[in-house]
Amino acid sequence: MNLTLKVWRQKNENTRGKFHTYEAKDISEDMSFLEMLDVVNDEITRKGEDPIYFDHDCREGICGMCSLYINGRPHGPKEQITTCQLHMRSFHDGQTIVIEPWRAAAFPVLKDLAVDRSAFDRIQQAGGYISVNTGGTPDANIIPIPKVKADEAFNSATCIGCGACVAACKNSSAMLFVGAKVAQFAVLPQGQAERKERAQAMVDQMDKEGFGSCTNTGACEAECPVGISLSNIATLNREYLGAKIIKEVEVH
Amino acid sequence: MSRFNQLFSSTIGKKLIMSLTGIFLSLFLVVHLVGNLQLFKSDGGLAFNEYAYFMTHFAPIKAISYLLYATFIVHALYSLIITYRNRKARPIAYASYNGAANSTWNSRNMGLLGTIILIFLVTHMSNFWYQYHWGDVPYVEYTTNIQTGETSVRDIPAAEFHDFVKYIEDGSEIMIAKDLYKEVNFSFQSWYLVVFYVLAMVALGFHLAHGFKSAFQTLGFDHNRYAPLIRAIGFWIFGILIPLLFAAMPLYSFFVVNS
Repeated sequence: MNLTLKVWRQKNENTRGKFHTYEAKDISEDMSFLEMLDVVNDEITRKGEDPIYFDHDCREGICGMCSLYINGRPHGPKEQITTCQLHMRSFHDGQTIVIEPWRAAAFPVLKDLAVDRSAFDRIQQAGGYISVNTGGTPDANIIPIPKVKADEAFNSATCIGCGACVAACKNSSAMLFVGAKVAQFAVLPQGQAERKERAQAMVDQMDKEGFGSCTNTGACEAECPVGISLSNIATLNREYLGAKIIKEVEVH
Repeated sequence: MSRFNQLFSSTIGKKLIMSLTGIFLSLFLVVHLVGNLQLFKSDGGLAFNEYAYFMTHFAPIKAISYLLYATFIVHALYSLIITYRNRKARPIAYASYNGAANSTWNSRNMGLLGTIILIFLVTHMSNFWYQYHWGDVPYVEYTTNIQTGETSVRDIPAAEFHDFVKYIEDGSEIMIAKDLYKEVNFSFQSWYLVVFYVLAMVALGFHLAHGFKSAFQTLGFDHNRYAPLIRAIGFWIFGILIPLLFAAMPLYSFFVVNS
């Protein structure tokens, strides 16, 4: 199949970018979207030009590295997959595909289609952890956790931090990501000690990074490649407001 | 002092304000609707005019009405503050954007819908609220025979009117009041005001169909059984039933009372 690509090209963070049009010829419909870009890049490189820069790593939907806003949707037209899991059979011959980077003030463009998502790392560093002293390996089931609670925590923990929620949200809000990271600890006994500080510290960092407010459109949930639900945002609101209004715990 | 930010400087704290004011305004709508249903009575406006006097002169309700005006202002003001930040969070817009693929139209356009409601509100308040308090409103006298229950209505000139009164004399109950009922029906003689009111109620329906459930989500309300109930109430009662009944008022006035 042959396709027309309109790709965002931007030299670095400080320059203005613009769209370039590329022809993708003889693309197999069994290729993944990233493999299609590899083919296009191969041709660009042979011409001696700068290839299209995009993020990717595991290429099996686990790492959360691949991004790409394809034809108006993060990770393209399919649901609950990452861009590396998107196949060219989801497009038709002769189609024009617009490829943009994630758009958010908190995710500055590094080059072309790759954005700097270290804002997520800083939010995690603010409170997305539990403090455990190192030592001998603890017994596996020493803390009894009901199956439903373990499942709930695990569902939240499946977040791969790709940033599609921010990209999909009209407000560039990171509430689904932060919600998942707070919720995964909030339901587990290990997460209780730092529970109140965690919600406040992570929300403070989220605000500091310049993400928008949640207006509950549900776009994040619809576009999340691993199906993180809006319940996580309700949990975050509950955790944060509970910590702020009902009892704020202070550590010295 | 906490090492954390103050509640209302956070994005979630600001949304809390939107949520609480929104729920209060939604509750007001229910009260407003129930009172205004008296417009559908064919009693020459007796019940409606008495209700109008009660709502503007009973002290606790007056106090709540000032809280209500403040709530409207806070709700509108915070929507501006939140929208400003949200716009700043995405300085470069997408060239190709397919919002319909992942969210409902009204959830993405609450600001637009809210602006329509605000314009409506200004019109609505100047039509009736301002007129009732400080404008030229006609005056009316109702004489109800206590034994037969028959009511006769008599327009009275401004010179005869001093204050709202209700008393019994010679086996009849007499009520003299400002005739807001007539003012309402007079206003809805113009078809374009009727159309504007109906359109504003459509906007209100879309606004509340998202807003009501959204307010509870912001509060962190996520009960497995009651959250679906809230979503159903938000859609069917606040999104459809209440705006429909409100829209029926100008239509009833235009097509039934005035014709």
